[in-house]
Amino acid sequence: MTTTTATDPAVLEALLDRVRAGREFGANVHSTLDVLQVLYDRVLRITPASVDDPDRDRFLLSKGHAVAGYYALLAAKGFIPVTWLDGQGGPESRLGDHPDRTLVPGVEIGSGSLGHGLGLGVGTALGLRAQGRTDPRVYVLLGDAELDEGSNHEAIAYAGATELGNLTAIVLDNRSASHGWPGGAASRFTVNGWTAATVDGRDHTALHLALTGHDHHRPHVVVAVVTDGE
Amino acid sequence: MRDVFVTTAEEVLSDPRTTVVLADISAAAFAPAAARYPGRVVNVGIREQLMVGVAGGLALTGQRPIVHSYAPFLVERAYEQIKLDLDHQGVGAVLVSVGASYDRAAAGRTHLAPADVALIDTLRDWTVYVPGHPDEVPGLLRDAVCGAGSAYLRLSTQTNARAYPGSGDLRVLRDAGPGAPLLVAVGPVLDAALAAVADRPVTVAWTHRPRPFDAAGLRALAGTEVILVEPYLAGTSARVVGAALADRPHRLLALGVGRSDLRRYGTPEDHDRWHGLDAAGLRRSVDAFLTPARAAA
Repeated sequence: MTTTTATDPAVLEALLDRVRAGREFGANVHSTLDVLQVLYDRVLRITPASVDDPDRDRFLLSKGHAVAGYYALLAAKGFIPVTWLDGQGGPESRLGDHPDRTLVPGVEIGSGSLGHGLGLGVGTALGLRAQGRTDPRVYVLLGDAELDEGSNHEAIAYAGATELGNLTAIVLDNRSASHGWPGGAASRFTVNGWTAATVDGRDHTALHLALTGHDHHRPHVVVAVVTDGE
Repeated sequence: MRDVFVTTAEEVLSDPRTTVVLADISAAAFAPAAARYPGRVVNVGIREQLMVGVAGGLALTGQRPIVHSYAPFLVERAYEQIKLDLDHQGVGAVLVSVGASYDRAAAGRTHLAPADVALIDTLRDWTVYVPGHPDEVPGLLRDAVCGAGSAYLRLSTQTNARAYPGSGDLRVLRDAGPGAPLLVAVGPVLDAALAAVADRPVTVAWTHRPRPFDAAGLRALAGTEVILVEPYLAGTSARVVGAALADRPHRLLALGVGRSDLRRYGTPEDHDRWHGLDAAGLRRSVDAFLTPARAAA
């Protein structure tokens, strides 16, 4: 089920251009592309044919505003038709400025308001555990500023205390939190019993190693740091 | 009602699809169930946002969550989670509260939640159950859990003297004949309402399922005067009554808990009196409402 085909950067950029349609994207979109590629190319066990398979891996995009690269990648992987990218956000489009799971195949949650994805991810991990599904993992992508929301701290503390080993959080750290996270975002997780890796958010090899470096006994966080102006 | 809920929930847990989600409230009462069904009684600690988020995630995997806490924490604190983590994801859950309106009046405003049903009513297609007696709780909980959508079950320490099990369509408990004013009571205010109009020519109908409201039953029973008595925020169901009777001339009196923070403690009975929801207060309101109509006629 694992997808191993690398996404062609030129193809992805062309797809992103179709979503862009002359608009400018901010750091929140560009900084997320590398993590998304590594996840969909090398980590997630999910394909367009398995979007309803109860044993699929789950990817929850919590920072729903970073959706443009997500749409481009879903199109590149065949989850959605490429033509859907045209007119994104328009009156006839299924692709909003934040994604809606009921409108877009392959999208696990409707997101937009910050601070909802990790709680939903914890519940998903618990549901899989209750059903005896030990193979699928739940990955939740958050932003460093999103960590400001207290709901995430509820989820971090609980997942650590209950050793929710099938959960991985990915914090895309582009230093956008208003008051920062002194000592790095990872410490907020490790103090609650998570394993953690902090890596260069552009380095695909490092990201891959970090995303697969969990011990299956505790929740795992990967902090992907992006500092090159985006 | 809380004890009956815990017992029934443990029975419902025999279905592996169900999961109870708690935020410390009632966790001790659920300890035997947690031991019997490990992994399907989840206590997240005092984290109400997470409690509802977890319910959404569970439902996304196909589980049927039963989410339980004190009414102000369950419905008011985590309202955005209810809106987004359940409704917007297109999944359902069964929310079960205790501490309705002013059950714990001595605890003060922080523990009062008379606006819970009004808040749930901002969402679409929820079923709302307001039982008037503990014996009504098992059937309502099973109905809610067996359904696929979202339901809010509002448990209270205030009860009527007897139970009226049933689906929740309007049930006539006192018939004053054709054209008589209709009083609609919801849940545990029935006994006070019956006492209030005992010697008045008023028909009394009752429901423990204000959503979806039995609009057809209302249309069949209502004359010109309709009196609504609800154990939560006054006017919560005025919208649905108004819509059901939109094509008919009618007058509506909506009684319930007032909006002001009284900053008074005391007992639930004291608050019944202060909000005019005891028999004497209801009688005063009903008489005042019906008298000018008689004079005009």
